[in-house]
Amino acid sequence: MAYDKFTVLKSTAVPMPIENVDTDQIIPARFLKATERKGFGDNLFRDWRYNADGSPKNDFVLNNPIYSGKILVGGKNFGSGSSREHAAWAIYDYGFRCVVSSFFADIFKNNALNIGILPVQVSPEFLHKIFTAIEADPKAELVVDLPAQTITISATGESESFDINSYKKHNMTNGYDDIDYLQAMKEDIKSFAAKSMY
Amino acid sequence: MSKIPATLFDKVWDSHAVRKIEDGPDVLFIDRHFIHEVTSPVAFLGLENRGLSVMFPEKTFATADHNTPTINQHLPVQDPLSANQLKALESNTAKYGISHWGLGNPRNGIVHVVGPENGITLPGMTIVCGDSHTSTHGAFGAIAFGIGTSEVEMVLSSQCIMQQKPKKMRITVTGSTGKGITPKDVTLYIISQLTAAGATGYFVEYAGEVFEKMSMEGRMTVCNMSIEMGARGGIIAPDETTFAYIKGREKAPQGAAWDNALAYWKTLKTEEGATFDKEYTFNAADIEPMITYGTNPGMGMGITQRIPVAQEAGGSAASYEKSLQYMGFQEQEPMLGKKVDYVFIGSCTNGRIEDFRAFASVVKGRKKAEGVTAWIVPGSHIVEQQIREEGILDILTAAGFELRQPGCSACLAMNDDKVPAGKYAVSTSNRNFEGRQGPGSRTMLASPLVAAAAAVTGVVTDPRELI
Repeated sequence: MAYDKFTVLKSTAVPMPIENVDTDQIIPARFLKATERKGFGDNLFRDWRYNADGSPKNDFVLNNPIYSGKILVGGKNFGSGSSREHAAWAIYDYGFRCVVSSFFADIFKNNALNIGILPVQVSPEFLHKIFTAIEADPKAELVVDLPAQTITISATGESESFDINSYKKHNMTNGYDDIDYLQAMKEDIKSFAAKSMY
Repeated sequence: MSKIPATLFDKVWDSHAVRKIEDGPDVLFIDRHFIHEVTSPVAFLGLENRGLSVMFPEKTFATADHNTPTINQHLPVQDPLSANQLKALESNTAKYGISHWGLGNPRNGIVHVVGPENGITLPGMTIVCGDSHTSTHGAFGAIAFGIGTSEVEMVLSSQCIMQQKPKKMRITVTGSTGKGITPKDVTLYIISQLTAAGATGYFVEYAGEVFEKMSMEGRMTVCNMSIEMGARGGIIAPDETTFAYIKGREKAPQGAAWDNALAYWKTLKTEEGATFDKEYTFNAADIEPMITYGTNPGMGMGITQRIPVAQEAGGSAASYEKSLQYMGFQEQEPMLGKKVDYVFIGSCTNGRIEDFRAFASVVKGRKKAEGVTAWIVPGSHIVEQQIREEGILDILTAAGFELRQPGCSACLAMNDDKVPAGKYAVSTSNRNFEGRQGPGSRTMLASPLVAAAAAVTGVVTDPRELI
């Protein structure tokens, strides 16, 4: 799917300092029954966000009006478990464009990049600084600069650089995806397939 | 120039790299693509929106499993959303000429069970599916991993996927396992040692005596759970056990093609002196029957142990406490004797014939405990048939259990098989996440033997006392 280009994102952030947030929490399996890619944001973190009767849980961060923004900051090992891309869709559909953590599960990271969400992996120390800054001021802004590969806490000026391979960076900053790339090399794929044993 | 010794993983990966992009992913050719009803519809929609077609429909195989009921499969599916997904799979596969084993087809079953049992999964292949437990197929010496829906679209349209080559880890388990120790215990033990993120970024090769002696069913259980420690996949070098399992299966090579394939498969092993980015070695004698007490598969322990305190468990204390609170357990408590409301035997982890044989070995001559609801769900119709033919059904029936029909069932509870809020389930599936088996459900992961012991006693019980 083509998505919006990602260059520099300046936004407040929503803090979720929980480790091992698995994709079953991000979007529970019972909400995977759609055949189209829309509306998943309503059920983002469904069981953490709502009581069984549908009323919001006041102690969950998405229900706390002091926090908002396009950046979700999670604890270590964010996005573990199921390969469901619906988890990334739900995050995107809710309005997040970037997830920050000290560690991401592999499939989630790929899924996020494939649909235009930037996963930014920072050191545990910098993650702690981000949580501290948001705790001190829920309106604390983060600046995620993809071309420069840096993330900065505006209030303190503290900054850290993050890794992304240049191919994915090129795609994100231009709004391209892998399918565009693969379509352009079909002849190579055909000749490779002709030699394949299976 | 001397050649650098290669790992099994390198041999398979490198022989499938159509192109290597500098400081980017490799373009990896995919030999087998499995699809199911949940993660494929949006990918097909994507193809249509772009005006693309399926490049090699004969390399893709479809089955319905995640959403299917486990009773009355001959009747129309009641849930309209599930029915809609099943219908989408049927029409999409028909439109593009992809073989499809839908509900009612004698080959239908869970994708990771039917691939191997029909000879579709073979050594040296690259295999993907929009399901994280695709790692199962690594048991055959294949590179197999789960992908997202955008990647399903990629593979349908180009038979390739763009992936950064993972780092390599080898996990060696030496010695022999004791009485009552199953492959599920071996894998839950490894994950408890490495944590739920301990292998993230890696592809794991399993080596050593324990895996060499293990059946194919057992190897599939181990590779299946690789994802639960964050690994991209697990792989085990093919050997005589592998070849004997494959030979004669419907879609396996025959005649001269078999001989050619076999000659190639025999080269698929890690060479002496090859290096890994990380290595771990464990001793099989340290492994007890395992059970999980928390909300990720890394939170497991020997069944006779006590729940660790937060400091011993590692990670943040707040997350650990949140997890125990969800389960209604406390630090330092024993798990033995804890009440069990539900027992689930099945899933792509433990829904194979060997698992039902193990379950029946404990159940034989005993009765289902009062108050326990047991869901006994074969991984495929072929497994179901074996259960009947081997007399296992008679043992189950005599003990008061009912056999259901194949599917993913209560592993992810997308169908009606949901554990109610607050109830405790001993489950042979692969995930104990919050609400995994139904909103508010509490899951303890264990082997079929531990599940059987719970099913007949109604509490967490050491199966070694019953065998």
